[in-house]
Amino acid sequence: MTTISGYNFAYLDEQTKRMIRRALLKAVAIPGHQIPFGSREMPLPYGWGTGGIQITAAILGADDVLKVIDQGADDTTNAVSIRRFFAKTAGVATTTRTDAATVIQTRHRIPEAPLTENQILVYQVPQPEPLVKLEPSRAETRRMHALAEYGAMHVRLYEDITRYGQVAISYDYPVMVNDRYLMAPSPIPAFDNPKLHQMPALQLFGAGREKRIYAIPPYTNVRSLDFEDHPFRAGRAPHACGLCGADTSYLDEVVVDNAGGRLFVCSDTDYCETRRDAGHVGEAA
Amino acid sequence: MTLSLPGFADPVADAQACFRAVLTAMSRPGTPQRITSPLTPPAPLGIAAAAVLLTLVDGDTSLYLADHFANAADWLRFHCGTDPSPDRTTAGFVLADSLPDLATLAQGSDEAPQDSATLLLPVESLTAGARFTLRGPGLQAPTPLAVTGLPPDFAARWAANHAQFPRGIDLILCAGDTLVALPRSLSLGEA
Repeated sequence: MTTISGYNFAYLDEQTKRMIRRALLKAVAIPGHQIPFGSREMPLPYGWGTGGIQITAAILGADDVLKVIDQGADDTTNAVSIRRFFAKTAGVATTTRTDAATVIQTRHRIPEAPLTENQILVYQVPQPEPLVKLEPSRAETRRMHALAEYGAMHVRLYEDITRYGQVAISYDYPVMVNDRYLMAPSPIPAFDNPKLHQMPALQLFGAGREKRIYAIPPYTNVRSLDFEDHPFRAGRAPHACGLCGADTSYLDEVVVDNAGGRLFVCSDTDYCETRRDAGHVGEAA
Repeated sequence: MTLSLPGFADPVADAQACFRAVLTAMSRPGTPQRITSPLTPPAPLGIAAAAVLLTLVDGDTSLYLADHFANAADWLRFHCGTDPSPDRTTAGFVLADSLPDLATLAQGSDEAPQDSATLLLPVESLTAGARFTLRGPGLQAPTPLAVTGLPPDFAARWAANHAQFPRGIDLILCAGDTLVALPRSLSLGEA
């Protein structure tokens, strides 16, 4: 794809990149702490990944290979348009293969394949404040983070257990980072939460509308909130992928006809394709 | 006249490469990172320290220069677009020639710990000298670090900085074209 002229490398101007880079370095030094930044207006609306795009623009170099996923898929509108955006404005190579990418921007999934020390995972975050549904005031939640006062979240989990017999949070499941900050892992399924812990790759989080950046350095302790007698459990649909037969991956449920037919397939399209290329066959393939 | 010395040959690509080196250094403490972009900073400013300043400092930040680096002030004014601040206690970036009392630098607040100083400190060597063991986020296992040029009581002074986490300063040690970052989250033992 040919790069377009008239824009700086990777779209953002250098002063904006410096501002984001300074925020990123402080974010890495204070794992899980949300840092305000001057989120710019991007050529797509808030809610389409502007936070992640700004972080990607600030870190991307000409040698990087970029992968973008949306709910695990490389081929949905958001993923395709962001990948094309950086191919045009930065001229970087893009890929759909998890193992070939150096920077992976993601909306709401962590790839199934384990990430390495040479990769950076950039999350698009709609709501960075894990306490927002418990305390609407930003001034108050800032103070709660300052005091590490997270009892309200434990009460919320406890109320779930009394009502439903289990914690009824299936995505954006709150985590404690480095035993200090309560953090929203963006709306990844709770299934992905264990991958946050001690991940070899650097994880960066950008919330464009909410104007916050935060980070988890590599090999950092990330614990999903739970109780001793109700330990955290990562759920997945009790099926095997219809296309590749994987029985440990996170699955999407797809309606295939008007007669109630259902197909469960891997949400991570690259993982599914890699398995099918290797000869694995699911029941519906 | 130091102003005749150029900054980055390719300001966009060189700043990006330097930033990624600092980001890697900050997220993998103790791992030396080399600045590969050609740079001729005015003496006594070293390549790594100069590259970090060119990459991160601009008119939106405050920079304190120790007197030792007065010769580089004009160069930094021109290439970073910042006027060095006379106030060390509030500066976002501090370039020192010897380790200052860390508690006198901006520490950030409990609500905004990011409003703290990033200290750049040139040292003689990052491969030989006093040995430390690093532990903390970014490190899978305790990691060794050897530095020549830190005061003998550095471990105790760093412990005081680390103890007030999430407040505290972040330190970037520079030796020639190589740098090592010590984020405040890091605990450091003498080895």
